[in-house]
Amino acid sequence: MNIVKRPHRTNLIRFAARHPEVVVLSADLTSSCEADLLRDQRADQFLSLGMAEQNMVSFAGGMAREGLTPWVHTFAVFLTRRTFDQVAMSIAYPNLRVRLVGFLPGITTPGGVTHQAVDDLALMRVIPNMTIIECGDATDDETVLEVAQAVDGPVYIRMLRGLVPRLFPADQALVLGRCRELGQGEDVAVLTSGICTEEGLRALAALRSRGLAATHLHVSTIKPFPQSQVLDALAGVRGGVVVLENHSIIGGLGSAVAEVMAEAGLGLPLVRLGLQDVYAQGASREYLMAKHGLDAAALVCAIEGLVDADFGVPAEELTADVTAPDEGRVEDL
Amino acid sequence: MALRRSDDPAWIADVRRTARGIRRRVLAHTLAHGGGYMSQACSSAEILATLYRGALRLGPPADPPIPRPFAGPPGAGNPDAFTGAGYNGPRAPELDRFYFSPVHYALVLYSALIEVARMAPEGLDQFNRDGSTVELIGAEHSPGHEVTAGSLGQCLSQAAGAAWARRRSGETGRNVVFLSDGELQEGQTWETFATLAWHRLDNVLVYVDMNAQQCDGAMDSVMGIDPSGDRLAAFGARVVEVDGHDPAALAAPAALAPDGRPVVVLARTDPCRGLEILRERAPKLHYLRFTSNEERARYAAALAEFEEGEGDA
Repeated sequence: MNIVKRPHRTNLIRFAARHPEVVVLSADLTSSCEADLLRDQRADQFLSLGMAEQNMVSFAGGMAREGLTPWVHTFAVFLTRRTFDQVAMSIAYPNLRVRLVGFLPGITTPGGVTHQAVDDLALMRVIPNMTIIECGDATDDETVLEVAQAVDGPVYIRMLRGLVPRLFPADQALVLGRCRELGQGEDVAVLTSGICTEEGLRALAALRSRGLAATHLHVSTIKPFPQSQVLDALAGVRGGVVVLENHSIIGGLGSAVAEVMAEAGLGLPLVRLGLQDVYAQGASREYLMAKHGLDAAALVCAIEGLVDADFGVPAEELTADVTAPDEGRVEDL
Repeated sequence: MALRRSDDPAWIADVRRTARGIRRRVLAHTLAHGGGYMSQACSSAEILATLYRGALRLGPPADPPIPRPFAGPPGAGNPDAFTGAGYNGPRAPELDRFYFSPVHYALVLYSALIEVARMAPEGLDQFNRDGSTVELIGAEHSPGHEVTAGSLGQCLSQAAGAAWARRRSGETGRNVVFLSDGELQEGQTWETFATLAWHRLDNVLVYVDMNAQQCDGAMDSVMGIDPSGDRLAAFGARVVEVDGHDPAALAAPAALAPDGRPVVVLARTDPCRGLEILRERAPKLHYLRFTSNEERARYAAALAEFEEGEGDA
């Protein structure tokens, strides 16, 4: 698999050069959020506001009212939990063109519970006017900027940093409101987002080679939820639906799918894989994904339960085919 | 009316007349509706009168004298949403923006807008009525409001962001914020003062109504903020402490030449100024609700005195 090193870091500079109205705001996590190159090369489009996120978010609202487009960079926890009221009142209520770029989604950081955004999607979903996009690979990372910039209102982006796999061709840009359709089959449907899509691809490759027919959607637009596309994809599926996400099972993709299925009267079993209403801990990504059932093995297990079969997939077939040291995961906590 | 000399007796008399009118309108409204934010009018009347009588550089009002009904919250599906900023005049590079933070003072602001002929007196009939923008606690659609500030501490940050953006595009208009002293308890306020100083946003001018009162009572019974002037100076602000009922003293800081620092005017005020019987309610001054017909009658008598005294302020 192709791994891209720090795709956002260079892409952000090219993007800012195309959009003079863009100003990147940072709260003392500039290189951690891959905005350091922009700071050094396009200083007039960068503003350091120190470790003061509440002010930064409201400040961004004031800038947006004057015609600029602030791109607020910090860790997802600090951008959603710590500043929830500021996001809601200074940015979302007035429907301002502010882009909130949240790094370290879910358990992608060993930094422990203070750094792990396991509830950010839930928090942002309840805010009217908010658009929510989650990136799952380097192509999503690179193309989400133009997609977000075109939205007439606030956008929350769950961004990946460091060593990011390229799952989708670089010329197939993320499209707002469209899931990527990664497979079609009537036994089960699998919906994945963020880093869990890589897990889903691996699990389903193993299961398809053993005869499973599965529909697979990569969901990048969490809000507004692509309801009709999801319902179309689920029509005809017999065994059930599995959602796999790097987030609490409450309030994120699993909840969105449950809401859509229930309102449509779709009588299929639904399994929500993700953090089961618990906090994680400081540990490696691989350890936490296995412990909390966010990985390919957990997905295989859930599908086997739905279709009542044992596919006998050996564990090594479900682990990543890349063993490069993931420096982006351990630096800049 | 443009401010030429803040020690001009005619201008001072005009400000005093305006301030008296603000108190009278808020008292009349409080009597008519059985309650109101009265002490806020008593403390801030001269501050708002000074600002609207010339300390602010504003154009003529650009919004209808009778406020429009609520057009729905802003959003992609609502092109009709608006703010109440037009009551403070048009947006222009050389004009000031006025950010009103403690929106519990909304009734006081509406009364000030009426006194300076930026809103029609009948507009106040819509106060706190369902479907109206003349809300009890104002939001950005309310007359005179630029942003949604009701969650205290956020307005100053929003004004700072606007000030940074306006400086970046070469605009010379200032960004003037009206703040309440209780907001000096909010952590976000201090984040913002640190930001204003560090980024040298001297196009920000903050007036603080230092009435020493908050919802629970006297600030010193809740959580004191003194020495507030020293604290602000230590954060890099250019602090000016004035008698908040003295128009000339209030106007002078607005004429200072910028020196790189944000200007903070600590306006020491009396929450019962001009309405002596209000003192009997101390320390519960946040909201005036009459407890008896006898009390109401005494306030009605005070209103009658206001109306008799009109013109000889």
